Amino acid sequence: MRAWSLIRVYTVAVYIFMFAPIAVVLLLAFNSSQFGGFPIEGFSLRWFYRLYENEAIVRAFKTSLLLGVLTSVIATTLGILASLALVRYRIPGKDWITALLISPVLVPETVLAVGLLIFLRYLSVPQSFGLLLVGHSLIAMPFVILVVQARMVGIRKDYEEAARSLGANPFQTFREITLPLLMPAVFAGALFAFTISFDNITATIFWRPAGLETVPTQIFGMLRNSISPEINALGFVMIVITVGVPLMAGGLARYFARKRQ
Amino acid sequence: MAQTSEFDPRPWQLLSPALIAITLLVIVPMAFMFVYSFYQNVDLGVDRVAFQFGNWKELLHDNYYHYAIWKTFRLSVIVTVLAAVLGYIPAYFIANTRFRQKWLLLLLLILPFWVSFIIRTLSWIHIMGNEGIINWVLMKLGIINEPLSMMYSEFAVIVGFIHVFLPYMILNVYVSLEGIDGNLVPAARTLGCTPWQAFREVTLPLSVPGLAAGCLLVFVLTAGSYVTPLILGGPNDFLFGSLIYDAIISELNWPMGATLSFTLLVLLGLVVVIYSRFMGLNQIYKSLG
Repeated sequence: MRAWSLIRVYTVAVYIFMFAPIAVVLLLAFNSSQFGGFPIEGFSLRWFYRLYENEAIVRAFKTSLLLGVLTSVIATTLGILASLALVRYRIPGKDWITALLISPVLVPETVLAVGLLIFLRYLSVPQSFGLLLVGHSLIAMPFVILVVQARMVGIRKDYEEAARSLGANPFQTFREITLPLLMPAVFAGALFAFTISFDNITATIFWRPAGLETVPTQIFGMLRNSISPEINALGFVMIVITVGVPLMAGGLARYFARKRQ
Repeated sequence: MAQTSEFDPRPWQLLSPALIAITLLVIVPMAFMFVYSFYQNVDLGVDRVAFQFGNWKELLHDNYYHYAIWKTFRLSVIVTVLAAVLGYIPAYFIANTRFRQKWLLLLLLILPFWVSFIIRTLSWIHIMGNEGIINWVLMKLGIINEPLSMMYSEFAVIVGFIHVFLPYMILNVYVSLEGIDGNLVPAARTLGCTPWQAFREVTLPLSVPGLAAGCLLVFVLTAGSYVTPLILGGPNDFLFGSLIYDAIISELNWPMGATLSFTLLVLLGLVVVIYSRFMGLNQIYKSLG
């Protein structure tokens, strides 16, 4: 069919549109030229060394990692507790509560950022790492809830009831039955939360105190004067972390699941 | 059982940390922003508790703000329409292909979400910039002598937005298309429809919920941003969000920042309300999960 082949070509073109720019960044990270753009003059790892030697970038990297991990812990913990209540209990006004918990997704991030900033400033809480942590957790939590809830609906209640009838208390049931069954969703949610925090720039620009940089704000600052090759190398490292880690985790999970069968 | 009629505190204990956090740190600040919009800015970063309409008057009378609202609306519509046109066909392909490795196509759609937003945005400088790949190739081929100026323009901003938001659109449309009963199109065909008619009369109307959800997401996300124009746009390519950024970060005029933020919240809230009157919000939650 002619129409179908057109559709296929179109689809391939759209995929190229989505991935070509990313591929170019990955490629240019290894360009030995001292300028960030084309032409490619040769293969070199020197921009990665430069990255490692650049104190500001290393510091931003540590900040982002710490912020991402802590955000992930907070958002996932609160998200799992809330999902548990929403899926496992009959509560009045459940739809409203869900809507409230998901609401940060529907508020533009700029507005969310300004609102929290102004409110906490009024309470004399300054821009700080703590504000970033709280804010990132708020942004990430709805996504954790959506992911965990979707998974939890699929876990049969029978297992928990069986454990309860065998004499386990609610906490034991949660620890021994619910949590292990939920582990894939917990991991997915935690990774998601980490990525959201690690990647955030829109709100971070408002919340960070002067002098504190995360990787995205650091890149943003460096962009003021053309693209340096270091940015490409940094992009490469970020992509390896945020894409490589979940892919590996997913691949490993599938591998172990298959092995167990 | 007597137990069911009793108040069970456990779900509320589980919910309370999340509920308190959202209420105290999202809902209350939104309301507080409205109160704050009546405060008065005295000096850089200094403001005074007051009840005056100065900020709102400025917003209502200054054409600069109206122009920004119009610009934001226009750009968001352009991005949304282009994303819908660009995204529908791949979604249709993924939903209908007999290609065995379909999961790969879907995985590739999710991958961009994991690639840093700022990297994806700045990557266009490598494509369209003066030292970008397009200019480099064209100059190598001798087609042009001077680099074409494509960057730092509205065009670059539009491309950047579409690039970042397209996966949302494709995934939403795909979910809708995938849910269509596979017997409907063959049925329409047996009844004498041409393939195009079957698509127009059956597939397209049934995919509207996904398409609409995708459009809402892209529209709201575009209209609320300010970073993309800062990276890819020129000095005249600002959005309403850019004014908020300027008010808070550059001018330290917090009350005006609150006024503008609250306005953006209300305007985009209206869009969401109008949308949910017609479509409901469930599709959106589904697609985000």
